[in-house]
Amino acid sequence: MNHKQVPPVDHAWMRGALRRRMSRRDLFRYAGAGAGALSLSSILAACGVQGEGGTASGPTGGEEGSTQWWADRKADGPGDLVNFTNWPAYIDRDLSIDGPGSRPTLFAFTEETGIDVTYRADINSNEEFYAAIRPALESGQDTGHDIIVITNGQELTELIQLGFLIELDPELRPNFDAYCGQTFRDPAYDPGNRYTMAWQSGMTGIAYNTKFVDEQITSLEDMLNPKYAGHVGMLNNTNDAQTLAMIELGVNPETSTPDDWQLAADFLQRFNDTGVLRAWTDQAYLTGIENEDLWVTMAWSGDILNDKLYFPEYASFEFVIPDAGAAVWVDNGCIPNSAANPVGAMMVMDWYFQPQIAAMLTEWNAYVSPVPAGADIVQADAEAATGDDKVVLETIATHPAVFPTPEIESKLYNYRVLGGDEIEAWNDLFNPIFIS
Amino acid sequence: MLWLLLLFIIPMFAMASLSLQTGSSLEGFQQTFRFANFTDAISANAEFVFRSLRNGAIVTVVALLLAYPVAYWIAFYGGRFKTVFLFVLLLPFFISFVIRTVAWSFILSDDGIVLGTLKSIGLLPDSYHVLGTTVAVIAGITYNLVPFTILPLYVSLEQIDPRLVEAAKDLYASRWQAFRKVVFPLSLPGVFAAVLLTSIPAIGDYVNAAVLGGFAPGTSMVGNVIQTEFLRNRDYPEGAALAFVLMALMVVGAVIYARLLGTERITEG
Amino acid sequence: MSAVATEPERGLDRPAAARGPRKRWTRFVLPGYVTAFILYLCFPIFIIILFSFNQTRGGFGTSPRVKTTWLGFTGEWYSRLFELPDLTASLRHSLTVAFASALAATVLGTLLGLALARHRFRGRGTSDFVIFLSISAPEIVLGAALASFFVSLGLPRGLGTLILSHTMFSIAFVTVTVRARAAGLDPSLEAAAMDLGAGPATAFVKVTLPLLAPGILAGFLLAFALSMDDFVISQFTQGPATMFPTWVFGSTRVGIPPHVFAFATIIFVTGATLALALALAQRRRRA
Repeated sequence: MNHKQVPPVDHAWMRGALRRRMSRRDLFRYAGAGAGALSLSSILAACGVQGEGGTASGPTGGEEGSTQWWADRKADGPGDLVNFTNWPAYIDRDLSIDGPGSRPTLFAFTEETGIDVTYRADINSNEEFYAAIRPALESGQDTGHDIIVITNGQELTELIQLGFLIELDPELRPNFDAYCGQTFRDPAYDPGNRYTMAWQSGMTGIAYNTKFVDEQITSLEDMLNPKYAGHVGMLNNTNDAQTLAMIELGVNPETSTPDDWQLAADFLQRFNDTGVLRAWTDQAYLTGIENEDLWVTMAWSGDILNDKLYFPEYASFEFVIPDAGAAVWVDNGCIPNSAANPVGAMMVMDWYFQPQIAAMLTEWNAYVSPVPAGADIVQADAEAATGDDKVVLETIATHPAVFPTPEIESKLYNYRVLGGDEIEAWNDLFNPIFIS
Repeated sequence: MLWLLLLFIIPMFAMASLSLQTGSSLEGFQQTFRFANFTDAISANAEFVFRSLRNGAIVTVVALLLAYPVAYWIAFYGGRFKTVFLFVLLLPFFISFVIRTVAWSFILSDDGIVLGTLKSIGLLPDSYHVLGTTVAVIAGITYNLVPFTILPLYVSLEQIDPRLVEAAKDLYASRWQAFRKVVFPLSLPGVFAAVLLTSIPAIGDYVNAAVLGGFAPGTSMVGNVIQTEFLRNRDYPEGAALAFVLMALMVVGAVIYARLLGTERITEG
Repeated sequence: MSAVATEPERGLDRPAAARGPRKRWTRFVLPGYVTAFILYLCFPIFIIILFSFNQTRGGFGTSPRVKTTWLGFTGEWYSRLFELPDLTASLRHSLTVAFASALAATVLGTLLGLALARHRFRGRGTSDFVIFLSISAPEIVLGAALASFFVSLGLPRGLGTLILSHTMFSIAFVTVTVRARAAGLDPSLEAAAMDLGAGPATAFVKVTLPLLAPGILAGFLLAFALSMDDFVISQFTQGPATMFPTWVFGSTRVGIPPHVFAFATIIFVTGATLALALALAQRRRRA
């Protein structure tokens, strides 16, 4: 046999991997083993997966969130570090600074309280993020995040109902109490703000790059133009595309019926069938439109406006609220069970309800602030500004996606709230459209 | 031994058990022995299964065509440098395969090195794109798997006694005839092994489909569906059922394959 | 150099004249193809190394992302290597899990491989089958199975479950490697040692193990590499701690930081150099 310098791994590995020893007798043996195994599986059958709907009346994870528990935590003090996990493009940024100070509002918090904040923009979709932290929540582990930001919808509802969030301490949020806008207090998905405090609100509409698109896009139908084949993006989460489709079909999504959903599904299926679609995406649509892979896409208002106003290479972006109307949602800060620093987390969340801080946030990320006084400051700053700043702030102060007029407001719809069986029907109908 | 059984068999049973449950993420899953889960999974995802099989077949054929000449050349003409060539073949594996796939999404990006240059010359229309098509996915999978195709081919080619080829030549066979009638048949065990080693990972792939296909309509494979069910939709029973079906398909397919072609021929490699 | 039978001269290398009349250019087709193929294989590596030196601009107002066009040369990413704490942490996790699982897999796999090579016992066919399955099963199935397992048991997920999962799929590879090596070992060597007065344990340690060493080492390295590279199974079974390939995959959504390419380049150069050194050392030892 030839001696060769083949690394012993490959040759031997090949042999081993290809070795087969099966014969009819073996097959019978396996069958026998299989039968024995089935009885084993019936033992395993006793295992289900945890998840019974917790009572919505009180914290289920032990006493986390109770008054006594909070008293103990406060007595311990707020700790040195808060892990704040959020969506990208959501916190203000000073582009001239690298490192500490690059996020002025957070930096100000650290300066004031001495607590460090590790900020991660790791959330790209509610579904995926929730599925990722769920195992830890189920087994009572620390997820590694003190603050997470979740959009109103199925995932947030599930988090609340299953008792995976720590009930907030009403005494640790003076700014919230003083300055939070009425519309953001006591939302339907979280009565009394027991578990959440609004971060920002935004709209889902359509974005396009005027570098490649000459026409005005005003509806999903416009997106189906063959001219853009291979460069159209749509959002693949549990709510946005469905809501916009229904709005365009003339249905009020908030009161829609399963028949309406079917019509919406058929409409969305056209994106698959006509071959114009490049991809169903989550947050990644923003990378797509920045890379110029996508020319037209469903988008979240502030993402596009922020790019357009602060990055010269993206000045050709446009964000529009479709003529038929748009979806409006609220992203909410909340604290998952077993968080390491709940007191610090509340302090951070409450920090952002100060009008000045809220204004700084909106002036960067161009989303709707839950703090009316903050919004007023934005308007004032826009008037007082000069030069380049003026252009930026004026655009924000007058853009309907940030400061909607009453006419626009009448065209903004919330997501459909789903209960019980509806969730499964909805998901079974729409999920296959997103992965085809 | 026990470990292997523990860590392999038991999870398999857990998966089987999970695939028979019903419920939702909110209400929890109960074991209901709902065998309809399997039929549901298949009927809902038949298209993906076929697509995966089809892609796997294409990848295997392409990989074989690409790999055979290389394996042949190294085995017969490599001389002293055989090890060097094999080493070079394995070089890409020193970079994580996710990063390799990402590198391809880089290279093939709309405005990247390849397409950008071609577009600026005018050879391609501006709206042309490779990413997000089945071609990109197949190309990616092929790239990642072709070394696995080469190795078994090489091993079996390398063992062919060259004197057989000489003998054929002495009997007036041309190079091509010698190849067709002597070398190729003798290398069949390697071919069979290569087919197995290439097609199975190809069918089950999902990273390439995710990164290079980007979930564009028509590019997703079974693996993507399973992953989405587990890591996004939280529909564990459906994901488990589909994975089980996939596994069963592969095992059955491999067994039939081995039977049809004779298991002994494979062990010869 | 092997002292055994001389290699028959590879007949196809005979001088051209002896092979009969043929067009000259066909001689270059095959080597040309092979060269092109090797270039194709290595092209992405080249790109990664190249673009680890590319300048970027920040986007999203957050960390820098690699651009697909060449913007200019810079070595800064190598000096800013550990700038992203999450990336560094993920690398650390990967290395930890890889080392631990490779160790466990090597120990268990060696025992198993030795047993399979040496002894005939009942259930051997089953073991073979299971080993074959776990090597050939697509990772997605293994990942789903392990995820189902942990989900059903409600096990908290973290580095522990990861190490367990990685050990599982590595054992099969180590077993196969060691078994191949052990099959080539002469069992009478061990018997000879015992004839000379060594107990079975000593015989094992002093005779068998050293002879098996190359196989065991190869198995360990293989398990280590497999674990470092693993993505699918990690994605399904990781908890709060992220692995390096998973982190990279996640970053593709918002853009890859150039640090990733820098790390990949370093790992590549290290690995390739190590492998080269090993091969050269082996060659020298043989001679």
